[in-house]
Amino acid sequence: MRKHYTISGEDFSAAGEASSDFKAVLKKLGIDPTVIRRISIAMYEAEINTIIHGGGGECDAEISGKSICVTFRDNGPGIPDVNLAMQEGWSTAGEHIRELGFGAGMGLPNMKKYTDDMTIDTAPGQGTTITLIINL
Amino acid sequence: MLLSEIKSILNADVLSGEDDAALNEKDIHTACGCDLMSDVLAFVKDQSLLLTGLINSQVIRTAEMMDIVAICFVRGKTPTEDVIELAREKGITLMHTSYPLYLACGKLYEKGLGGRCDA
Repeated sequence: MRKHYTISGEDFSAAGEASSDFKAVLKKLGIDPTVIRRISIAMYEAEINTIIHGGGGECDAEISGKSICVTFRDNGPGIPDVNLAMQEGWSTAGEHIRELGFGAGMGLPNMKKYTDDMTIDTAPGQGTTITLIINL
Repeated sequence: MLLSEIKSILNADVLSGEDDAALNEKDIHTACGCDLMSDVLAFVKDQSLLLTGLINSQVIRTAEMMDIVAICFVRGKTPTEDVIELAREKGITLMHTSYPLYLACGKLYEKGLGGRCDA
């Protein structure tokens, strides 16, 4: 089963709609609640990042017999130093994002923490694609 | 601890419309107090009540992802109606109290509602 979402970069208040919809799908399918929470948190973090740093993008979520795979693609500035971005506490988010309760530099580490596999395909000026996988 | 007891301890008002009978159906075992949603997503485990001073829609989304069933806004803060409506859609109870975060957490802890800490 596949779902596709377009993530608007214009409206931060709408951040999380894709994650919310996919969580509802997983509940209907009877997926283990622990797995649902893990992928929901990772997906929500990625959705927030797609808006904050990527200016919006696309998301594809797929459930197979063995795993859940969610991919976020944006056309933002890319990540110059992935190792630095993976450090807890490192963030380039602006003050207005911090005032909303985000931008603490926990997004990427959190995605890695809650998934079984996470890959980042990025380069300066070429956008970012993040793939999150949880095994079933 | 029943959500109705929490409402009483914090002298809180319910914003999402549930009556006391509905509050009696939500049993809260642990809580957390935090204004940083990034930290809620990173460190909170199995808490069912969030106390916070933030009132934007991302607080509701964060609670939804974490399976948090109730939120109490501190310092008398009240979110906009669209945020309250989003919480109703997700089945999350909203309350607010005039107590600041530290006092609100302390009052609940004093009455036996703990947090969860791996430290």
